[in-house]
Amino acid sequence: MDLIQIKDLSFSYPSKKDTLKHINLKVKKCSFTCIVGENGSGKSTLLKCILGLNKGYTGEIKKETHIGYLPQKSEIQSNFPATIEEVVLSGTISNNVRSIFYKKEDKEKAKQVMEKLGIYDIRKKCFADLSGGQQQRVLIARALCATKDIIVLDEPTNGLDPSIAKQIYELLDRLKKEENITILMVSHDIERALNYADTVIELINGEITFEGKPQDFTLGGAK
Amino acid sequence: MIETIVEMMSHAFIQRAVLVGTLISLCAALLGVSLVLKRYSMIGDGLSHVGFGVLTIATAFGATSPLYIAVPCVTISAIILLKIGNNSKIKSDSAIALISSSALAIGVAVTSLTTGMNTDVCNFMFGSILAMSKPDVYLSIGVSIIVAILFIVYYRKLFVVTFDEDFAKASGLKAKRYTNIIAILTALIITIGMRMMGVMLISSIIIFPALTSMRIFKSFKKVVLSSAIISVVSFLMGIYLSYIYNISTGAMIVIVNLVLFILFSIIEKIIHD
Repeated sequence: MDLIQIKDLSFSYPSKKDTLKHINLKVKKCSFTCIVGENGSGKSTLLKCILGLNKGYTGEIKKETHIGYLPQKSEIQSNFPATIEEVVLSGTISNNVRSIFYKKEDKEKAKQVMEKLGIYDIRKKCFADLSGGQQQRVLIARALCATKDIIVLDEPTNGLDPSIAKQIYELLDRLKKEENITILMVSHDIERALNYADTVIELINGEITFEGKPQDFTLGGAK
Repeated sequence: MIETIVEMMSHAFIQRAVLVGTLISLCAALLGVSLVLKRYSMIGDGLSHVGFGVLTIATAFGATSPLYIAVPCVTISAIILLKIGNNSKIKSDSAIALISSSALAIGVAVTSLTTGMNTDVCNFMFGSILAMSKPDVYLSIGVSIIVAILFIVYYRKLFVVTFDEDFAKASGLKAKRYTNIIAILTALIITIGMRMMGVMLISSIIIFPALTSMRIFKSFKKVVLSSAIISVVSFLMGIYLSYIYNISTGAMIVIVNLVLFILFSIIEKIIHD
């Protein structure tokens, strides 16, 4: 089953030329897809279109389910007073946007996810005081609260030590295998990401130039 | 001390000021947490200057309760300020500076043409607890209650939007709507509060409590609750001290806030070392 189907998607920011050109793409259930490409190739733009953050595209994007999103780090979060628990729980907001308080099942879900990712015992700690790797773990937990099927990650290992980045990939791999969570991520860190991905998509100047298995993908093969 | 408080509270104008001031301090602190975290601290300053401009014009035309004119005008400016900041080539900090100094200039010009720099104008600038008329009190109570209720109703969403706007949008929240709500509520609180605190000082009661409580508290809920408490305590201490020593109320409240901020900063240092 395809969780996301994109047909002939084109998008451009005002005053810039085409950022995405005629993208066709399917994200299969339980796949680990990695979108690679240089800066400005349109990777993050593509994610933002999928998530509905970019309006005004042409073409069609079909989503079968809620998406859990892990955005790139924002500066605001670096000294934001919020506990791990508050951040993870906030992921459940899409389940019941209307209600005033969190529901019991939201809290239960957040607890389960935190336990699964090994952050339940430190749930009262301040998010901003955590290491980069721990912060990503918390944000993955938040994304998991928003979905039961697919999480979309924008450069999740940016600025992390190689050993910590490896832990993040292993966590994603585990989520895919044990929880049947589909992973769609954008990454710079091609070599390491390809050890875990089962599908690679390469974007160059807003066009898909490669789509297939990682073993068939050669770095710079398009040169 | 208790005798002084009883004597102080026997004045009807102080009763009014205490009631209105407590409500405004509470609401200002609630909004302040979001504004400080979103890096919109200066919006309070800008809006209070707009308020000054509108109030002087309204007074010049002989309006008896100029707040009823100032509230809608400042609210509209708040929305315009956000719009400018969001999508034009002028960045929001410059936009605030532009609008606030222009409004201040217009206000000063209008005063020069009409009454001149009299006590009324001085009261606008630095605040006066005598300035609260009965209709102002009703308006203040109404607005404060609305702000407090909206804050509780939207608390969950405000957290998500403040912490991570992109995630909020991806979750289907209309992030801009909540930013607009905050701006409008801030405009309301500022216009009402500036009669008492003064144009030059009002933005401090929005910023100080949030910054002070963030020295020590590390959870969003605790920061919100503690800044509300800090704000109300500073207000009550400020009005008490201003009564005893005959110092301008607005100034005294800011000074109490400053002292608490320094105190909390020292405690933070001690905890961390």
